[in-house]
Amino acid sequence: MINPAKTCQPIGAMYAALGIKGCLPHSHGSQGCCAYHRSTLTRHYKEPISAATSSFTEGASVFGGAANLIQAIDNIFTVYQPEVIAVHTTCLSETIGDDLPQIFDKAKKDKKVPAGKTVLGAPTPSYVGSHVTGFSNMVKAMAALAEPSTKKNGKINVIPGWVEPSDMEEIKRLAAMVGARINMFPDTSGVLNGPLTGEYKMFPDSGASIDDIKNSGSSIGTLALGEWCSADAARLLDTKCKVPCSILDMPFGLQATDRFIDALRTVAGTSVPDEIAAERGTLVDLISDMHQYFYGKKVALVGDPDQVIAMTEFLVAIDMRPVHIITGTPGKKFESRIKEITKDMGRAVNVKAKGDMFLLHQWIKNEPVELLIGNTYCKYIARDEDLPFVRWGFPILDRQGHQHFPTVGYKGGLRLLEKILGVLLDRKDRDDPEEKFELVL
Amino acid sequence: MGKAHKLVQWDPHNIKEKLLEKYPPKVARKRAKQIMINEALENTTPEIVANVRTIPGIITMRGCTYAGCKGVIMGPASDIVNLVHGPIGCSFYAWLTRRNQTDGINDTDANFINYCMSTDMQDSDIIFGGEKKLEAAIQEAYELFHPKAIAVFATCPVGLIGDDIHAVAKKMREKFGDCNVFAFSCEGYKGVSQSAGHHIANNQVFTHVVGRSETEKTEKFKINLLGEYNIGGDGFEIDRIFQKCGITNISTFSGNATYDKFASANQADLSCVMCHRSINYVADMLETKYGIPWIKVNFIGAEATAKSLRKIAQYFGDQELTDRVEAVIDEEMPAVASALQEVLPRTQGKTAMIFVGGSRAHHYQELFNELGMKTISAGYEFGHRDDYEGREVIPTLKVDADSRNIEEIKVEADPFLYKPRKTPEELVALEEAGLEFKAYTGLNPDMALNTLVVDDLNQYEAEKLVQLMKPDLFCAGIKEKYSIQKLGVPMKQLHSYDSGGPYAGFKGAVNFYQEIDRLVNSKIWSYMKAPWQEKPELSATYVWE
Repeated sequence: MINPAKTCQPIGAMYAALGIKGCLPHSHGSQGCCAYHRSTLTRHYKEPISAATSSFTEGASVFGGAANLIQAIDNIFTVYQPEVIAVHTTCLSETIGDDLPQIFDKAKKDKKVPAGKTVLGAPTPSYVGSHVTGFSNMVKAMAALAEPSTKKNGKINVIPGWVEPSDMEEIKRLAAMVGARINMFPDTSGVLNGPLTGEYKMFPDSGASIDDIKNSGSSIGTLALGEWCSADAARLLDTKCKVPCSILDMPFGLQATDRFIDALRTVAGTSVPDEIAAERGTLVDLISDMHQYFYGKKVALVGDPDQVIAMTEFLVAIDMRPVHIITGTPGKKFESRIKEITKDMGRAVNVKAKGDMFLLHQWIKNEPVELLIGNTYCKYIARDEDLPFVRWGFPILDRQGHQHFPTVGYKGGLRLLEKILGVLLDRKDRDDPEEKFELVL
Repeated sequence: MGKAHKLVQWDPHNIKEKLLEKYPPKVARKRAKQIMINEALENTTPEIVANVRTIPGIITMRGCTYAGCKGVIMGPASDIVNLVHGPIGCSFYAWLTRRNQTDGINDTDANFINYCMSTDMQDSDIIFGGEKKLEAAIQEAYELFHPKAIAVFATCPVGLIGDDIHAVAKKMREKFGDCNVFAFSCEGYKGVSQSAGHHIANNQVFTHVVGRSETEKTEKFKINLLGEYNIGGDGFEIDRIFQKCGITNISTFSGNATYDKFASANQADLSCVMCHRSINYVADMLETKYGIPWIKVNFIGAEATAKSLRKIAQYFGDQELTDRVEAVIDEEMPAVASALQEVLPRTQGKTAMIFVGGSRAHHYQELFNELGMKTISAGYEFGHRDDYEGREVIPTLKVDADSRNIEEIKVEADPFLYKPRKTPEELVALEEAGLEFKAYTGLNPDMALNTLVVDDLNQYEAEKLVQLMKPDLFCAGIKEKYSIQKLGVPMKQLHSYDSGGPYAGFKGAVNFYQEIDRLVNSKIWSYMKAPWQEKPELSATYVWE
């Protein structure tokens, strides 16, 4: 594989675990895994990312990492005092066959887990799936904590998927406007976009609490945003706790947000307030105002499957033409969903799951596009091919703002459109000859 | 509103006690040996424990052997295809994340740094073995790029399942004939830190590349610069100065490196060692096998740069070179001095902490000294005892289980290429004139009495140190950056330079002065509290009344 459009499971598990209140993620492997994930997440979120590691040495790799993990659990609860430790495995501990539940039992028997504290674990072998799979596996491990209950609490579980802290905040805002009481996990808002106050809280007062996660079994329903990120957890809640679920697309763009709001009010039994209709109207208004610049423009798009599916739909909705579409994550449904979304576009598209950016670059060379959307690594393609480029997805290592400004929902749609129009018109201004260079566009 | 002058009093014994008090007894015992109150003793340096395992669960700054091998040492080589054998993550995280700048000027004009290549092992490869997949990937890389060399890196599962990457590399090397394929057993679980990876990388480069160039280097004053990684263009600045002085840098290990530069290293007449931690053993091997003596240099700090240039000139003993070096120093220093004068009134008396690398925590104290700033606590992420105490302690180092599994290669004088650069008499004369060969001092003797030296500092201790000792600046890496800054203390990354640099050489010193002035005198740190938080009580009248 050359220039991957994915990375490995554990980093997704680490990000998901940061969305649990008072949680220290723990990487059960050699210390480089943890260092790499922390570095990448830090570069993307520009926030402290605390996570511990079992620091495997050659001995642990041969004899098993149980002793390392038990010692780690003891040290973590003594020194950092989190409420929760969320352990994920690595290719190393998976290859040697370390069994997390068994090690947790031993830790509990050895009294290394203080009363009232939680240790949860997710298997995240790096050689299966991608970072998205790891995220999903950790969210599923959260759902596994849910306790079945016959008494419903009237809440709706929302599993947001791997979106920005700002997006999670926006989802909560929209739900509150609809009057739906939601129980969202994971929730990294306030954790990975926190303030600078002169005080460092290793565990900010944000995130989904373990009690709320356990109570998700009492909810009236679950909305899972994104098949790849969130569906497994939602289905587990359904089978284990009989909480019915709907698997929706991530609410990026007009139609996916429409479906999300519609599903929310249906499950909650509320009516959608005029304010939301007004926000929607604003987005439609902007699409109409900008339409002349979007119409017919060819786009290359790369990212994680749930995001890319929603974005493709949005691009089609504003009459752009997404022609090259890649995700690095495996999943047969990806290609069929993209084909279905683009079927009325009047032409076939290049689409591939388990693809890489090298392939995307070749496609662009064979058929040039007018816009590129993807993570920071795309900037090398954008520079080579001189393409207008919108950074969107993970990781974004060279720009800021994604932590704070959502791209989900109608308001997020405004931001996406603003970004797209910005790069298109900057390019037009740059390239227009003197006589065509105009003040008003 | 002027900031009140901060006066922080602390007792190092008290600090050490506070760092340890929360630990379980076993952890406290171990950490106590890695936290040292710097005491200058007559003739001896106190011993510190270093290069030992990180404690599981304690949030460390360290990375792994693979990171040291692929990321640090081989990452900067532009025309060698780096192919990672393993699941996708390891290759992804090392993809352009170190600032390996290259000017791409080499004989093939090939630059593969922007590419990320991996065999992307799947579960079936873990079960049935990944050698075939590796072979196919090497073939693909060869067909796509026709590089001079392909380097293969092992990740954790490769060692566990027993893929023989060296056999595959050999097979492909022989098959291609015109492409040198070699492999690194740099599984992440080996060793205790990145340091083991540096060693594995350097050994293989020495074994498979050095001495293989067929072009003869005929320039005057040929040197190698070992342990310089061109972060933020440091190497470019050092090369600019070398060029100006008429010194020919044959090969930098490994900033802006190319295959041919590595391969020509045996043709230099002097090895200059910058980061001794990552490479002192290569300097030794170059001397044993090819007869190239080595000296320690340091291009971090304007004075240190001048001193290092003079050492090189002294070695060659050529009046013209000596004059040229002096002329360059004279020409460069005024700009440095004026930049320093500009910032000195604002930096003088401030304090810093530095926790990076295996030499930077030492080297950068030069720049802070120039700025009139005291380093009140420092330590290495992956240093060994000799980096703290000085090279002379090497013979007394214990070889533990973790060091034993890192290969030491034995070299002897090359029957064809060994050529003593100086006669024994000349070497003795140079030594008598004050030029030290094969020597470097440690960090400890250069730090003030009662400062704290901490090996493998972790997140908890970092936070404590900052809270208790209140430095004006903290230097470490990206993982530490934001937790320190949340405490209201500016943080400078001394691995990646926060996208800044260069900080080496003369121009680098100027950049550094300005950057540190920006950091320690920024208004940002005065914004932590809103007015209503500073004065929460309501006064009797409203201000507008």
